[in-house]
Amino acid sequence: MSLIFYAEKCTACGQCVDVCPFGILRLEGGALSIAEGCNLCGACVEVCEPEALALPEEESPSPRPEVPPDGVWVFAEQRHGELAPVALELLGEASRLAGTLQAPVAAVLLGDKVDHLAPALLTGGAQKVYLAEHPLLAEFLEESYAAALTELAQKFQPEIILAGATYAGRAFIPRVAAALKTGLTADCTAFAIDPEKRLLLQTRPAFGGNIMATIITPRTYPQMATARPGVFKALKPASSGEAGSITGQRPVPLNNLVAGEIIRVELESLKTSPQSRFIKTVAEIKERVPLGAAEVIVCGGRGLKEAKNIKLLEELADLLGGAVGATRGAVDAGWIPYAHQIGQTGKTVAPKLYIAVGLSGAAQHLVGMQSSDFIVAINKDPHAPIFQVADMGLVGDLFDIVPALIQEIKKDKG
Amino acid sequence: MLKIIVCIKQVPETQDVRLDPVTHTLKREGIKSIINPFDLYAVEEALRVKEAQGGKVTLLTMGPPQAEEALREALGYGPDAAVLLSDRAFAGADTWATALTLGRAIEKLGGADLIFTGKQAIDGDTAQVGPMLAAILNIPFVAWARKLTFTDNNRLQVERMMDHGYDAVEVELPALITVVKEINEPRMPSFKAKLKAKKEPIPVWGLNDLGFQPEQVGLAGSFTQVVKVFPPPARGQSETWEGPAPELAARLWQRLKEMGRS
Repeated sequence: MSLIFYAEKCTACGQCVDVCPFGILRLEGGALSIAEGCNLCGACVEVCEPEALALPEEESPSPRPEVPPDGVWVFAEQRHGELAPVALELLGEASRLAGTLQAPVAAVLLGDKVDHLAPALLTGGAQKVYLAEHPLLAEFLEESYAAALTELAQKFQPEIILAGATYAGRAFIPRVAAALKTGLTADCTAFAIDPEKRLLLQTRPAFGGNIMATIITPRTYPQMATARPGVFKALKPASSGEAGSITGQRPVPLNNLVAGEIIRVELESLKTSPQSRFIKTVAEIKERVPLGAAEVIVCGGRGLKEAKNIKLLEELADLLGGAVGATRGAVDAGWIPYAHQIGQTGKTVAPKLYIAVGLSGAAQHLVGMQSSDFIVAINKDPHAPIFQVADMGLVGDLFDIVPALIQEIKKDKG
Repeated sequence: MLKIIVCIKQVPETQDVRLDPVTHTLKREGIKSIINPFDLYAVEEALRVKEAQGGKVTLLTMGPPQAEEALREALGYGPDAAVLLSDRAFAGADTWATALTLGRAIEKLGGADLIFTGKQAIDGDTAQVGPMLAAILNIPFVAWARKLTFTDNNRLQVERMMDHGYDAVEVELPALITVVKEINEPRMPSFKAKLKAKKEPIPVWGLNDLGFQPEQVGLAGSFTQVVKVFPPPARGQSETWEGPAPELAARLWQRLKEMGRS
């Protein structure tokens, strides 16, 4: 299937060239050329007044199978008995989507001795919790987690599966999608339902956030997506003091007031021994707030000048309940470990507040943070590119402004 | 003799990708194509495994005919062979259709003991093709690897990056590993290898070579479909302040407090 072009109708106006998000349309000597890479997004067709461009009719579209019965699933990621915040965020979103679909919401809880987490999932929006407990699931392992979720999905047939775009989620969810022979969209930042066709509209940034794309899985079930932590809202936000750590005391008598059903499942797929095994955690990031889940990130660059000045960022981050990030420059200088790196070769983050301190804003850094809700830039150089993406820019010496800001916050908080 | 395959991708250099300020579309003119930066770490790790254990390193990519440039460039680092998967029918593939095509090619190559990919490609940033390829080949895999150690001929201990830190996991070969850039420091291309790379015959396999029907691959074989693309929501009005530090700090804190309340 490719874009249809009626050369005789083309007026070489160039409108299509301008709107093509993939830059594959060119006007060469008054003739339109279409390079490879078209994914039939239709942007050019919409602007083409003489109707010289058209989308192909789908050739004998395979009929969409019947809608599976089990509604919207959320993979409830946990580690060592603590839920990842994104699990509740996605349950909140799943509840909204399921409202439109008139479908149930279920959480899938995999682990070992994790049943105490089920009530939080039920209050968080799930009507059902599928609970699979097994020693092989005590620690995250791509193979076992993929086998478990695949088996559950085959058995109970969800219409949609959502999971957090965490390191674990992005590692094993693609394997589940491939095993179920269905589509998967990574790292979504918005969802909606096309009510007529019951399609999940999955929106994600591409090209480092330079464009947004809305993607569907039109012919197969379940429709699957991973979603960025921190983007969606939990139904009942945990009070700020316990964000990210919904640790109940085990064993918890399942509260009668919590409506819903907990379905324990014995998994066949875990009866054969896996070809990989977890050995141990070799290094634990000590931060109280992991970068991926942080609502506030204070990020420093080469302007910090020395390793010891990372402390300045830490102090500010602590006051704001946030995490510390760094540019590649600061990481390569050895001031802070790679796990803190934000940007093209590090992590992509989108916190509510991003404070960029002493970093110029190289394109490789911007692609890792420009989806943040509110960006503050502190830099000596008023021409630094970071000011172009900042909502609020402060021009000045970070060694004056950051301590002053810390003072200000402390004064306020008493 | 380990059979090692590295899957690479030719991508536009995204640091050059700019939005047209008026039309809000990507300006691709004059933008260089490069080897996905993460894939260079995958190539390097494959070469290191080969040097330590013995073996053969084969590069594999799917793309338009000009993706051959990426293979030749990567051969300059020292891999032994390269195969290009290129066919108009492959165009527009999503991650599933890409993984399916790569998987068929790996079977045609007689399988592999170890497959490396970069953690993700910088144009799509999905990180899905590696794990999907492992699923299609039905082999175990470890994502986000920063360190590999052979514990015996058939077993690898892998340190992988996670949200909470780093884990060590052990995996039996054949296996697929996606690497983060922390894993090594890629070498410079060698003059000798570059010379050899220029002349190296690179087979091009298309639809028929891989025994696919057109509807199985490319856009037609994809499970996902892009229905709309649009510029990211515009940022609010930007404001920039200069002045004495305490004043700036007070102004900022005031603003942050207002945001916190709203």
